[in-house]
Order: sequence, then structure tokens, then C-alpha cells
Amino acid sequence: MEQKTGVRLSVNNIYKTFYSKSDEPHLVVDNVSFKVKENEFLVILGPGNCGKTVILNMISGLMERDNGDIELDGENVTSPNPKMGMVFQKMGLMPWKTVMENVEIGPKMRGVNTKERREKAAYYINLVGLGGFEKSYPHQLSGGMKQRVGIARAYTNDPEILIMDEPFGQLDAQTRYNMQNEVARITSQEKRTIIFVTNNIEEALYLGDRVILLAECPARVKEIYNIELQRPRDMIAPMFLKLRKEISNNTDLAL
Amino acid sequence: MSNKNKIEVKNLTKYFDKLHVLDDVSFNVRKGEFLCVVGPTGCGKTTFLNLLTRLIPPTSGDLFIDGTPADPKVHNLAFVFQEPSAMPWLTVEKNLEFGLKIKGMPKDVIKERVERIIKLLGLEEFRNKYPHLLSVSSEQRTVVGRAFAIFPDLLLMDEPYGQMDIKMRYYLEDEVIKLWKEFDSTVVFITHNIEEAVYLAERILILSNKPATIKEEVIVDLPRPRDFTDPKFTEIRRHITEQIKWW
Repeated sequence: MEQKTGVRLSVNNIYKTFYSKSDEPHLVVDNVSFKVKENEFLVILGPGNCGKTVILNMISGLMERDNGDIELDGENVTSPNPKMGMVFQKMGLMPWKTVMENVEIGPKMRGVNTKERREKAAYYINLVGLGGFEKSYPHQLSGGMKQRVGIARAYTNDPEILIMDEPFGQLDAQTRYNMQNEVARITSQEKRTIIFVTNNIEEALYLGDRVILLAECPARVKEIYNIELQRPRDMIAPMFLKLRKEISNNTDLAL
Repeated sequence: MSNKNKIEVKNLTKYFDKLHVLDDVSFNVRKGEFLCVVGPTGCGKTTFLNLLTRLIPPTSGDLFIDGTPADPKVHNLAFVFQEPSAMPWLTVEKNLEFGLKIKGMPKDVIKERVERIIKLLGLEEFRNKYPHLLSVSSEQRTVVGRAFAIFPDLLLMDEPYGQMDIKMRYYLEDEVIKLWKEFDSTVVFITHNIEEAVYLAERILILSNKPATIKEEVIVDLPRPRDFTDPKFTEIRRHITEQIKWW
């Protein structure tokens, strides 16, 4: 925590190549560098299949990088670190557990006592707007509600850096707007360092303090945008749309 | 553009047991019109579409094509769903031929029409490939091409580009407009995405919450290609958003 006001995560010149069965190399991440600051909402934006998830997997220590450095608070990242928490596109809720049991799983695994972890879980269940659904099972919830459970679970585990990998990719356009509002609201109430990955320019502009635009495969940083639009943001405002168009024109089309 | 009504929907109502999903919906679609239908999540859009495709029977009301009750055995109805549904055991070219063969079209007509679609969509390099080798977007392009190929009396599209990123979505929407203009098709396109509806439609029907009725009809009289930053465009988008916003 020594760098509370400065850079939390620093990614320097990372590379990743995969090999096909016939040993043909396939470069997926090509010299990517960026920094994540304390309490920043950083969006990584890129077209489909451009290697966004591979970058996240390397940052979170789930996958080895071929080259380059990743440092969290000045320390080299080589394996998953409890300071970082993930929300995935496929939520991975446990269908045999209630909302409460799903949300409290992180602190439970770390041996936090029942009272303390339930209080914390209840706080975040309320914060995502699911108060009253603590005893429901995932199959009783809509897609948007399940995704909220995933978000509450990630917050309850209290990561210092929250990583969200296309969390709304499977939702319909309106439920997606609803979830974007929720995340913007929660973030304004509770500052946290967030890395949010998406292929949706509108979503990136609505949520991000900074947007890192990636090129189509292999992923490399094409441009970094500082988003200085006032919050809460209006997606139909001329400034918003102008910036959206600018980024869109700079984005590769991955047919 | 003719003013003749191709499709007439009269007093369509649907109950699932006691659940009232669709309430007395009536509207017409002109020949060659591009109509979009929007409504809040869960309002019954898909039930609405399934009634139009005759996949499920209405509780009451009826659907007429060219003045006769719609019948899949008589009329050409084509659908495109959100999940790409190319036949996995057929190449792109054979997928495009599929509907035409079922309709028993002569070989030279099939060949001519498939070539036209391959050319329009730029699918030359994929023509002999199987769907599993294609990206999701190219598979969906194949399915869209297949639907237009049969010259349907009515083409129904249910959120075909729901999961695409915005840049891709606009590219595919431009293709649909190209096909629609080229073949003068009659299209009903259902979506959650208001911006998409304003980009595509000549006319938009706004559905209410369940039981769904037509709340309002909006004419979109903007030149193409449309620009999502154009104030006239955003004005329509904002108006429709206000009509259905729940988020």
C-alpha cells in the first residue's frame, strides 16, 4: 500500500505467442504496455478475438507471459494474487448455492467468521440492488441479476484491484445499460481500482476514466484516451457521440 | 416504394394460460418496407415474432400476406435469429442454395441468385468453407444472405446482431440495407437496441410492457447512410428511449 496515490499496476512490454498443433507460431499480444493508477477506472477496449482476455490472464497471474514485466505495487506478478479479483463474462455462480452463499464464498474460504462475512456480503448484495434475494438460487434470477451476484461476490472478496472481463457481453442492450448505470453508481459510492475489458465503445466511454484502445490481433496499444466527460454521462450528448465516432474510426474491423 | 400492404396483422392476441403477453395488436407492413419493432426487455417481443412466423398459434387475431391468411406452405417466410444457424454440414455456398433447393427452383436461377449474394456480401473466399471455420459474424452474414436469397414475402429478424461490437454491427447493418434495397424485400426487424432501430428502419413500432400493445409508431425519414451523431437522429433516439426506458 506504499503507493496509495500513484501507480498500482504497471505492465511493460509484454508478449504472448501461442503455437498451433503443427508448431506454427501465432503472436497474440505484441509489446503491450500501460499503467493503472490508484482508484482509476481503466477500460481496455478492443474488437472481438484480439487477445484482451489473454492480457487479463497474464495480469492476474493465471497465464505466463513470454516476455516483459508486470508489477503490482512494485512486485513482480508470477501467480494469482489475492489483491486482484475477477468478474467473468460467464458468471460461474454455483447453482446449488443461494445468492448469499455465492457472495460470501471468498471470505469464507479465507476463514473469516460467519457474522463478519455475512454482514459484508449483505452490504454488497444491497449495493447491487438484490436486497431480498439472499435466499434465491441462481436459476430463479434473470441474466442481469446473476451478473449482479457476480459483481457483489467480487466486491465482497475485497480485492484492491477489480478486474472485469466483458461482464455484460451476454446481456441484451437495455439490461446492459441498466448494469452500466449500476457500475457507475457503485463506483461513485465506493472508489476502487478497476480494470474493465469490453468490445463496446459506448460502454467504454460511459464508464472509463481512461480507455486503452487495442488493435486487432495481435493486440497492441493503438491509442490511449483520457475521458474527461462529466459524470453522470449522457450517451446521447453531442460530445459523447463525437468521441465515440472518433474512437470508432480508429478501431479495426474484425470480420 | 409501393403503398400496397404486403402484410396485414389484425387484432393479434396471445395468452399463455393466464399470462397475457400480447394484447390486440394490429398493423400493416407495405411491400418493400423496413419495419423495426422495439420494446422494453421482457415485453413479449419474441412471442410477437413467433406469432408472425407462425411458430406458435395466436389465441385470437390473424395474419394476412397479400390478402390471404399466412401459411408457411404457401408463402415464403424467412427468419434470422440471434444465434447464427448456418447448417454445419453444408459449405457457405450450399447454405445459400438451401432454401432455393427446398422451394424447387430451377438450377440456373439458384446459381444466378447465389452468385449475386456471394458477390454482394464479399463471401468469395469463404464459399467452399464450412461454418465452423468462420467467425461468428461471417456465419451470420451467410445466414442473412440465405434468408434474402429465397426472395421472402416476409423476412423476420430477431436481434441478429445483438452480441456484435458496435463497429461490426454497423458494418453488418449496412449490408442488410444493401440486400434489402437490391431485392426490395419486406423486413420486420426486432431489437432491444434503439440506436440500431433508428439506423435501419423506415418506421418503428414501439411496444408497451406486457401485455404488449403498440404504444406508438415513429416514422424515420432520414437520408441514408445515416449518422448516429446527427442531431435529427439523436432526437428520434432520445424520444424512443424515453418511451421505453426502465433502466
